[in-house]
Amino acid sequence: MTPVMFWLGIGIVLFVLGLHGVLLARQAIRRIIAINIMGSGVFLVMVALAARGEARDPVLHALVVTGLVVAVSATAFALRLATAAQAGDKKASEPKA
Amino acid sequence: MALTDWVFDGVLGLLVVVLAVAVLYARTLYASIVLFIAFGLLLAVVWARLGAADLALAEAAIGAGLTGALLLAALAQTSTTPFAEQRSAHWTRQRWPATGLALLVGVLLVRSLVGLDRMAEPGLMDAVTQNMADAGVGHPVTAVLLNFRAWDTLLELVVLLLALLGVRQLATKPLVIAAPWALLEAWSRILAPLAVLVGGYLLWRGSNYPGGAFQSGALLAAAAVVLRLNHLLPPVRWSSWGVRILVLLGVAVFLTVAIFTHWLGAGWLNYPLPFNGLLILLIEIAATVSIATTLTLLVVGEPDEVRA
Repeated sequence: MTPVMFWLGIGIVLFVLGLHGVLLARQAIRRIIAINIMGSGVFLVMVALAARGEARDPVLHALVVTGLVVAVSATAFALRLATAAQAGDKKASEPKA
Repeated sequence: MALTDWVFDGVLGLLVVVLAVAVLYARTLYASIVLFIAFGLLLAVVWARLGAADLALAEAAIGAGLTGALLLAALAQTSTTPFAEQRSAHWTRQRWPATGLALLVGVLLVRSLVGLDRMAEPGLMDAVTQNMADAGVGHPVTAVLLNFRAWDTLLELVVLLLALLGVRQLATKPLVIAAPWALLEAWSRILAPLAVLVGGYLLWRGSNYPGGAFQSGALLAAAAVVLRLNHLLPPVRWSSWGVRILVLLGVAVFLTVAIFTHWLGAGWLNYPLPFNGLLILLIEIAATVSIATTLTLLVVGEPDEVRA
């Protein structure tokens, strides 16, 4: 087993764990965290693939840097949607005056 | 590969997996978030181990730091008490179908990734190394981000802007910041200037070594968030013109360069040769300022004041 194969395996494990979390979690914030863990698994697979040769593949590294920033943008938006939805639910369940 | 390397890799990989399980199945949401921050920091060590120093810096600042701050802020806005144990945090009836599906996906992934660890073809790496002389910067990752694939980076800045606009539309309630803790306030007065110094260094060094606009921007944003949480910075609002200009500066400079290279030069984002290093530095500085302001607004941005 090569180190690259080892890290590819860890990446797959993270992705599968995250998927399981997304499917089973009930709270929105937990699901968002689980999606982030799935994303980390994908990044790990890409970085492991970049480390195959003698030199590191800069294209894959650049893609993952881009991916990290897009992931944090999406997370911020998703979290705001989740809190806004909860506030909306609360408002809707209050008796109307 | 030496045995010690294997032991280090093995322990690191095991810790990452164990932490991921702990994050996903922690009883309280608060514990889950704190463990997620630890997970992000450990992942930064993994990136460093795999030779991706740029990613290690970005993960520590963006992945662990700012995502953690965002999650904690969201937790503070939800009505559930953060420390309460949620017994029904997971659906129990769906457990077996979900586990089966996740395992199936896992098997398919293993099938498709096995054998990929041997390098079949060099991919785009040769193209990058051949063109490094004309890139205008010495670090291959920066060259890919801001020269060879500059289009991606421009669109990435647009994604960041769109996320900010979306968050702003859904502004819920004003941020409530507790009275700062004396030690934290004193520390933040030392930490913030240091963060600005390190941020500037990362930006400058990014042309030839790991570092660059995203890492630097995230660090500056972290400094601004710490200062804001200690009441050392006035509220940051989208409605103030200064903030708007800082947020839009990155995309504006990038687009201006793109349009001028298209109009006068060889084509969309093909930098003219003697000025390529200078243009990349200009774009990077503008992008850093925009990224820092946008990330700060995402974490501690106040909703606009409602005009009566």
